[in-house]
Amino acid sequence: MAMNCNPKDEVDGGPPCAPGGAAKTRRPDNTAFKQQRLPAWQPILTAGTVLPTFFIVGLIFIPIGIGIFVTSNNIREIEGNVFMYYGLSNFYQNHRRYVKSRDDSQLNGDPSALHNPSKECEPYRRNEDLPIAPCGAIANSMFNDTLELFLVSNESDPTPKPIRLQRKGIAWWTDKHVKFRNPPGEGTLEEKFKGTTKPVNWPNPVYMLDSEEDNNGFINEDLIVWMRTAALPTFRKLYRLIERTDDLHPTLPAGQYFLNITYNYPVHSFDGRKRMILSTISWMGGKNPFLGIAYITVGSISFLLGVVLLVINHKYRNSSNTADT
Amino acid sequence: MEPAGRRRRRRRRRGDGGARTVRSGLHPGLPALGSRGARLGLHGGCAPPAADNRLKTTKYTLLSFVPKNLFEQFHRLANVYFVLIALLNFAPAVNAFQPGLALAPVLFILAVTALKDLWEDYSRHRSDLAINHRGCLVFSREEKKYVHRFWKEIHVGDFVRLHCNEIIPADVLLLSSSDPDGLCHIETANLDGETNLKRRQVVRGFSELVSEFNPLTFTSIIECEKPNNDLSRFRGCIIHSNGEKAGLHKENLLLRGCTIRNTEAVVGIVIYAGHETKALLNNSGPRYKRSQLERQMNCDVLWCVLLLICMSLFSAVGHGLWVRRYQEKKALFDVPEADGSSLSPVTAAVYSFLTMIIVLQVLIPISLYVSIEIVKVCQVYFINQDLDLYDEETDSQLQCRALNITEDLGQIQYIFSDKTGTLTENKMVFRRCTVSGVEYSHDANAQRLARYQEADSEEEEVVPKRGSWSQRGSIGSHQGVRMMHRTQSTKSHRRTGSRAEAKRASMLSRHTAFSSPMEKDITPDPKLLEKVSECDKGLAISRHQEQPLAHLSPELSDIFDFFIALTICNTVVVTSPDQPRQKVRVRFELKSPVKTIEDFLRRFTPSRLTSVCSSTGSLATNKSNHKSGSSLLSNLSNDSVFLKLEERLGQPAPSLASNGYSSQAESWASERKPEPGQEQELRYEAESPDEAALVYAARAYNCALVDRLPDQVSVELPHLGRLTFELLHTLGFDSIRKRMSVVIRHPLTDEINVYTKGADSVVMDLLLPCSSEDARGRHQKRIRSKTQSFLNLYAVEGLRTLCIAKRVLSKEEYACWLQGHLEAESSLDNREELLFQSALRLETNLHLLGATGIEDRLQDGVPETISKLRQAGLQIWVLTGDKQETAINIAHACKLLDHDEEIITLNAESQEACAALLEQCLQYVQSRGPHSTPKKTEGNVSVGFFPLCSAPPQSTARGPSLSLVIDGRSLAYALEKNLEDKFLFLAKQCRSVLCCRSTPLQKSMVVKLVRSKLKAMTLAIGDGANDVSMIQVADVGVGISGQEGMQAVMASDFAVPKFRYLERLLIVHGHWCYSRLANMVLYFFYKNTMFVGLLFWFQFYCGFSASAMIDQWYLIFFNLLFSSLPQLVTGVLDKDVSADTLLLEPQLYKSGQKMEEYRPRAFWLNMVDAAFQSLVCFFIPYMAYYDSDVDMFTWGTPITAIALLTFLLHLGIETKTWTWLNWVACGFSILLFLTVALIYNSACATCYPPSNPYWTMQTLLGDPVFYLICLITPVTALLPRWVSETASPSPGLFFRALQGSLFPTQLQLGRQLAKKCRKTLQTPKERFAQGHLPQELKAELSQGGTGSPSESLSKDCALQTSQHLQQPPVCSPEASGEPSTVDTSVPLRENSPRGSPGSSIPGAAVSGECPGHLRRKSLSTSRAAPLQSLFSLPNFSSLGCVSSLSLVSGLGSVLRFSSSSLHVDKRDSEFLSSSPQPEQDLSGLQRQATGYV
Repeated sequence: MAMNCNPKDEVDGGPPCAPGGAAKTRRPDNTAFKQQRLPAWQPILTAGTVLPTFFIVGLIFIPIGIGIFVTSNNIREIEGNVFMYYGLSNFYQNHRRYVKSRDDSQLNGDPSALHNPSKECEPYRRNEDLPIAPCGAIANSMFNDTLELFLVSNESDPTPKPIRLQRKGIAWWTDKHVKFRNPPGEGTLEEKFKGTTKPVNWPNPVYMLDSEEDNNGFINEDLIVWMRTAALPTFRKLYRLIERTDDLHPTLPAGQYFLNITYNYPVHSFDGRKRMILSTISWMGGKNPFLGIAYITVGSISFLLGVVLLVINHKYRNSSNTADT
Repeated sequence: MEPAGRRRRRRRRRGDGGARTVRSGLHPGLPALGSRGARLGLHGGCAPPAADNRLKTTKYTLLSFVPKNLFEQFHRLANVYFVLIALLNFAPAVNAFQPGLALAPVLFILAVTALKDLWEDYSRHRSDLAINHRGCLVFSREEKKYVHRFWKEIHVGDFVRLHCNEIIPADVLLLSSSDPDGLCHIETANLDGETNLKRRQVVRGFSELVSEFNPLTFTSIIECEKPNNDLSRFRGCIIHSNGEKAGLHKENLLLRGCTIRNTEAVVGIVIYAGHETKALLNNSGPRYKRSQLERQMNCDVLWCVLLLICMSLFSAVGHGLWVRRYQEKKALFDVPEADGSSLSPVTAAVYSFLTMIIVLQVLIPISLYVSIEIVKVCQVYFINQDLDLYDEETDSQLQCRALNITEDLGQIQYIFSDKTGTLTENKMVFRRCTVSGVEYSHDANAQRLARYQEADSEEEEVVPKRGSWSQRGSIGSHQGVRMMHRTQSTKSHRRTGSRAEAKRASMLSRHTAFSSPMEKDITPDPKLLEKVSECDKGLAISRHQEQPLAHLSPELSDIFDFFIALTICNTVVVTSPDQPRQKVRVRFELKSPVKTIEDFLRRFTPSRLTSVCSSTGSLATNKSNHKSGSSLLSNLSNDSVFLKLEERLGQPAPSLASNGYSSQAESWASERKPEPGQEQELRYEAESPDEAALVYAARAYNCALVDRLPDQVSVELPHLGRLTFELLHTLGFDSIRKRMSVVIRHPLTDEINVYTKGADSVVMDLLLPCSSEDARGRHQKRIRSKTQSFLNLYAVEGLRTLCIAKRVLSKEEYACWLQGHLEAESSLDNREELLFQSALRLETNLHLLGATGIEDRLQDGVPETISKLRQAGLQIWVLTGDKQETAINIAHACKLLDHDEEIITLNAESQEACAALLEQCLQYVQSRGPHSTPKKTEGNVSVGFFPLCSAPPQSTARGPSLSLVIDGRSLAYALEKNLEDKFLFLAKQCRSVLCCRSTPLQKSMVVKLVRSKLKAMTLAIGDGANDVSMIQVADVGVGISGQEGMQAVMASDFAVPKFRYLERLLIVHGHWCYSRLANMVLYFFYKNTMFVGLLFWFQFYCGFSASAMIDQWYLIFFNLLFSSLPQLVTGVLDKDVSADTLLLEPQLYKSGQKMEEYRPRAFWLNMVDAAFQSLVCFFIPYMAYYDSDVDMFTWGTPITAIALLTFLLHLGIETKTWTWLNWVACGFSILLFLTVALIYNSACATCYPPSNPYWTMQTLLGDPVFYLICLITPVTALLPRWVSETASPSPGLFFRALQGSLFPTQLQLGRQLAKKCRKTLQTPKERFAQGHLPQELKAELSQGGTGSPSESLSKDCALQTSQHLQQPPVCSPEASGEPSTVDTSVPLRENSPRGSPGSSIPGAAVSGECPGHLRRKSLSTSRAAPLQSLFSLPNFSSLGCVSSLSLVSGLGSVLRFSSSSLHVDKRDSEFLSSSPQPEQDLSGLQRQATGYV
């Protein structure tokens, strides 16, 4: 790309007024801006100037791509913290009416919203004249299967050893501490939620989601995670965290595992599918080879284009030279 | 602006269709309605509030602003659309956004527009306030004297007293003036821009008042027209208390806005006030025009609407299917209605459709209209600010009066130009004259004019570019430069140097118009001067005899009359520079032109005649004594006055002395008269420049106009002294009669003479038919034919011709005429018509004195501008009211016609003839089509100075270009419905078209025809009132703010000071504006489509539920805030090609004409690109986040960011010129997005449902994937555009195979060229000026693969012209070869006995069809019509070779006189001398023609 700052675009001084000629003229000011002579860079895209750009793009993108690809593929060994996801397919959490069907004030513990939820929650706003807490279709359709993981450690010991699945730490910190709050007031959580009823599909009210006080009610992290509606109909959501206990052993040692699912959540009716995913994450998130491949591809195309353009440009220049002479 | 309702209320309907009655506001008999005010003749007690003079141009009041402004804004369909969409959002079932938020952008746009309107209105209010509070003296009834009041307090019926240099506050009827003759001079520059003074007269009946006018005694009633906007008309009458009636004319009315000059004080009664004044009624605001680009854009907006509907429909159907699929399955995510019932698929689809429309509304660019307006305002600002469009001489820059058609300037295809004042300067210089059949060529005068030019061009070389103002001190120095021999200066005669300065200085010092030194000093022809002084002497000797003129030979007597006519047959006012005229002159008892029969009788009784005769003696000795009465007192006072006058005139004139002309003038003055300085002191103020030129010419012959009063004109002669002519009548010039006359009584002979001055075509018809029996008659005839031939000669030279004639009236004839005239004057109903008839009766049986040739010089740079505009592919048509020869010659002079061009002349007498002619011409044009390959054309091509740029072979197939010349009458026929297509077809084949003798209406009809039939963009440029209709009809109207007032400017869209500025306006600014706006509009469409595409692809993954992953805030403000600034900066500042390159390669302009930048293909390519980019920008994040735990808005935010980056990068590719403003704008956009996102995402944890964006951006900024996709996506999205942009300028790259549109356009080549020029040339400007282009660039250009031969031809031309500039202006290298002018004309009637040897084309079909014409036209046999076609031949020596089929219009018969005309022509081509040879031929011709009557 050619760089060219016009040297002639100097900023002239004002109009030289005639001495004593106080007569106001309508002569426009002779400034670079008003005369549209601002110094300018005029990139002219020709084969010669753009070719290096192609090569540069290629040369930068291909290594990045390789780096990403390797990183992504390295997310294999179950080392470090292991994340346990449940995956749903064909589940339209991004449906317009579904996305709207919630009341953030209620979830933030606003007492008035608790007893009088937003109209957006209809038809899951009230049940038998009691306000639903949490209201809305999102909460109502919360994933409620229970997944338990057991390790059959070796042949000798057939009793499966349950793996400790951490329920906390799976939601965004800001969600847990700022966006979601239990209603204020004295007493137990049950008292705080007095006067409300559970969502229609739920087996238990909201204050019975967890046994621990700081993971119960609206600040239950399963609820918080679910309430963050997925972008695409095929999604996964973080379910549990398997913390690494010590540095010596892998978090999930090799062996036979046993998954116990308490099946509550019906997905068959809408051709949905459920999955359970165990994964670690790298600096760039979960395993996804796409970005790496994309970088490599774009980089290669760019490089290739550069080569092709170079060849053609070379040929063209030759032919134009002969034409000139 | 105009309160129409109020005006109507005040009108009183009368029998004649409405008039108003004004009485004195002081009249005691009237009911007391306050101390003063309008007392209109209104019925009954429902008197409306008095009309006051308050000016109110504001649209709004404080209360009405909001509703009225909103109402006006909702006239724009787009606003209604967006408000409807926003309102739709309030319906819960379909809403996509928070209702309040959805209204935000519309409200924002409305608010911005409202603010702009408010500001404009406020500035109007402020200027109103200032004007309303100007002071003025108004007569107060209580105080019985004039008191100071504000303008706004003046009412109709008030008496106002105005002093010199005061601005007139309302339309005032002049009742009294301090001037003893009841005169008053006003300057109407504020009204129409004319700087000359106009004379106004006190109402008849009041002028006789001896004492000062007393308003209290005013009891008359004034009846006049209802308010109208006709500045040139005012009719009414004043009824005095004794029942007498007197007519009122426009000479009695002082118009608001004008300035009183040269008069100490005047008193008048207000007739129209405030908004009823003619000035305000004439003031219409700026016009709204819609540009072509905007029309095209609106069409594409409709496509977008269609696309929007399609997308929404698709989505709706999809949603319906989706609902049907999942509803029965009781899907968990399917949300039922509020009442628990579920929607039917159809209902859901309908809702979805509406919601989709809301979500995708950005596809219809709401901000586009606002952005375009902003960009256009900025463009207008930059055009206004361009130094190169600033005219030093007149201190004026280009004005843009229409704000919204700037880009039309870049697409003009046809230019329709007026000639006089547009191509020419409209500054008349006396060049030659013929008196009594003898030609005086004034060679010295011509040399003098040439010297002016040389002095300028010489100076030009000295003066550095842009430095001409530094020459201020050297004004006079160049006058000394006299005999500079012409260097081989290749420069145009541009006057930026001394003459410009001198002119400007003269303008600044309030010199009046038409008095530049060039026009003032005329070098007299020695022969003529001798004759003049001879007859002066002769008359001085014989003045006491009975018939002094009889002692002169007829020739000398004619010469004397000729100069008298030049001097007095006009309306020139003699003024002294500064102070008002203090005329203490003794008053005549005979005051003004003869008013009544009694008056006439009284004045022309024999006793009076003798007294006049006896008084002539005293006239000789006492020069200033005009009075016939001989009272001692008056004589004494006369003497004292004269002494005063002498004293005053004797003072040196500082203003002129400073101009450097004084020395010359003094020497000239001293040699002829011991009255130094008098001529410098006197200044002539004329209504038209011709008049001034003639008066100055006469003065050069020592026949100086020294005083003009309504009743007398004084002429100063060296020997005779001051002659005072009693002025009986002045019959003013009008465009129908095309002449003016004065009736005077000659002081020497005491005869009543009529001097008539007018267009030769008219005057020659009015001459006294002279019998050929006696010698005198034959002599007369010979003189006439000689004069006619000289007139033709003048016309060939491009001079404006005027004939001067005289008629001597006997007392009886005069009395008879006077009776009729007075009747006509006093009639109220049909006055104009009767006066016209009366004038016709007077102006007959004239005796021809002579003719003058006045040069209307070409404006500077006109030929260069025309050739540049030509190269730019513009067709230039000249529509002029001038006659054919003059027009053709001017056209030759300004290179509109080349000498190697074939000229088709269309002169037809009748509809049928015109049809036949057109048919012939078409056949001819077609026959010379692509097959005929004249040899000379090949020569033309091979002359290319750079062998590399030889034109493509096709161009050789084209013959010499054609030009069409058509006169007004034929034009009228050609514009008939059945012929217009043929005419247009023919005109399209021609390189230039010249319409002569066309009326204003015809001008506009031609423009309209081209505009509607050829669907071409038209530009009309003109300077006078006769161009107004043309200017209004054209797509772009350009007015020249020149000599002829402001009417053209008022009607125009752009006003330029000179024609030559058109070049830069069109080629540079037009191109820029078009290219900028076209690119911006395309970018807008691209941007919105791409953005909407993202949302649309998402529908496939959300069940077509009209869900949006992009937060609604981003969605709504994206266009308005984040991505708007960079494109505005680019739209305002981008320069695809530099100004120098554009001017050097005008053919680059063609890209705009062909709409290369913005055409349907470009639009659709852009849409496809947008679709591709949106796919990339959607699916890269999609794939990157596939099967992850990302939530909707955390995924949508990166997409927004990506979209923004892609837009900016895209804009970056499109931007050709990067200034720091572009960088700042882009940086600002990104920063603004980040800042807004960060603030928005941390502002509130629970607000903004449904997106709940709390901390989203913050989280994303910690995520490396965000950066990774932000890097790869824009690059990938723009890869195709990048490659195509890269590939396109160099032909042969592989994308060329893919997309034919990506051939290098001229523009791209131009850009490269500019680039290389800058590299190659060290001092580009100088090199450009010389027309040298580096060869490789030329090669590149011609190589660039422009298929069009004309382009390459024009390149050739450019080269040739640039080369020719260094050579003597030989028009083309093959000029010595065959001539190419072929006159394809058809003989209309073959009744000439001589026949036409060359007329092979049978005209019999047409012949003899209208014998009526023959009779009518026979009087003007010797007119130019038969000659004109021959005179237009550029190369006379080869006349024989031309297959000339002379067409004759004027005579109605074919007059073949090839041999005789050859004589004329040859001589003409050799030297335009005054050899009187050809007149015999012509007179013979005339005889012959008259014989056929």
